[in-house]
Amino acid sequence: MKPPSLGAILLGLIPFLGGCFSVALWDRIYPMVFGLPFNFFWLIAWIVLTPVCLYGAYRLEDRGASGSTPEEGGAR
Amino acid sequence: MSPGVVALSIISAIVAVGSLAGFYARSHRKMDLEQWTVAGRGFGVILVWVLMAGEIYTTFTFLGASGWAYSRGGPVLYILGYQPLMYVVSFFVLPYVWEVGKKCKLQSQADFFEVRYGSKYLAAFVALIGVICLLPYAQLQLKGLGLIVQVASFGAIPPTAAMVVAFALVAAFVFVSGVRGVAWASVIKDILLLFAALFIGIAIPHIYFGGIGRMFAAMAQAKPEHLVMPGATKNLGHGWYITSVLLTACGFFMWPQSFAAAFTARNARILRRNAVFLPLYSMTMPLMVFVGLTAVLVLPKLSDGDLSLLTIVRKTFPAWFLGIIGGAGALTAMVPAAIQLLTAATLFAKNLCRPILAPGMSDQKVARLAKVMVVVLALGALYLAIQTSVSLVSLLLLGYAGVAQFFPGVILGLFSKRVTTSGVFAGLAAGVIITSVLMLTNRDPWNGVSAGFIALCANFVIAVVVSGFTSVRVAGFEERTAAAI
Repeated sequence: MKPPSLGAILLGLIPFLGGCFSVALWDRIYPMVFGLPFNFFWLIAWIVLTPVCLYGAYRLEDRGASGSTPEEGGAR
Repeated sequence: MSPGVVALSIISAIVAVGSLAGFYARSHRKMDLEQWTVAGRGFGVILVWVLMAGEIYTTFTFLGASGWAYSRGGPVLYILGYQPLMYVVSFFVLPYVWEVGKKCKLQSQADFFEVRYGSKYLAAFVALIGVICLLPYAQLQLKGLGLIVQVASFGAIPPTAAMVVAFALVAAFVFVSGVRGVAWASVIKDILLLFAALFIGIAIPHIYFGGIGRMFAAMAQAKPEHLVMPGATKNLGHGWYITSVLLTACGFFMWPQSFAAAFTARNARILRRNAVFLPLYSMTMPLMVFVGLTAVLVLPKLSDGDLSLLTIVRKTFPAWFLGIIGGAGALTAMVPAAIQLLTAATLFAKNLCRPILAPGMSDQKVARLAKVMVVVLALGALYLAIQTSVSLVSLLLLGYAGVAQFFPGVILGLFSKRVTTSGVFAGLAAGVIITSVLMLTNRDPWNGVSAGFIALCANFVIAVVVSGFTSVRVAGFEERTAAAI
């Protein structure tokens, strides 16, 4: 198995930027969205957006894996 | 019948059904060590999903998150923050772990360290730390069970007696069913928990305030400071949030049982696909938090935040409903406790005792010793649960800081050819010592930074620096794993 591709790693970094490092920007009550304080809304949004990013990474990795079939076939 | 009897009968019935599912699943199968620990590596998407969810959604989800929302406020956001991120880490790490596991027939996390670094002492050290960190986690589950029975019996059964019963149930459950039984009991548990979380998370704010939005509006009026960090605490601010989220996201799949759950998958793609969709399951987490926040205004004077969810359910609904919630909670404690004890006992017997003390032991004897250790470790957790009174989240943070120290050894082991056995050994030892010193002297967080995170950074740096000065002892790891097929 080869290491993860750069594209997949970049997609994986997006949720870390959104839900972790940027905390000082979104840890506030107002503006409230859908009745939720902004910080709660923001983190709940990332629960939904993270699978989107990972799905992108999955597609990239899957394509990478099928591209390297001869190599894997040799190992088996 | 008194409400306490009604609630307790329903809880017992739910626990009985869950346990029967476990016992039934193990019948008709020969239980050798590989079946008992990794279910013969035959699980597909759904079973790996529920097994992992079984380990992820524990008493901590159920009572701990609402408890922190109640007692700390804003800092509870870290739980919502780390949940999706730990799957991101797993997406990039677990498929590679699985690959090595398949090729070298690994059953435990310590096995991984043994084949990667070629040192049974390093493996035994990893096993020892794993067992020590699992104890507070199992203790947390027993404490949760004790709280459930205490509230459901309307105080008639003291928590200590409840914990003793819980301990007997869990030990018996692991003893007979092994990992396959646990996975099936997990199915029932997950369905119940999902229903319970959706229902009370929406119903309770609705009953008291007319909706989640109105509950938050009332909170923003009455206690705005409770909704942002540091909430009701002095030192859990943004620096603590970032470092705790990173520590927990990196640490989650370093739990020996979650790491080993990767070995139960049939192939590596299953693990990737699970990592994509499991974050959606975290949607139950905010609902638990909403219940805790509702309790802040409705029941302002509880002695223990961890009681907030159960107490507000008891106050709001009839006894039979408290029974259903309590039963879901009881399974949510028992299933993970079973997995944790199973893992700790196997680690002890297979990676600590056999290689160091009794090299001649047969697999059957290891399996027998593991079963004895289930009881010994469960007794240890029971003793700790009765003796100490720390909040559920604090117990969990203690274990996380410990297991996260495996992260550098795993990552460098998978992706670097230059890392050495001495480097990883030195880093791990330093990480564990720093964590213990900071935590035992009440310096967590230290200067606004999570103590485990400081230790993790030191661990990484020391592993890399020492690796630079020592020679690679296990050369050609990739060739060896390729040849082992």
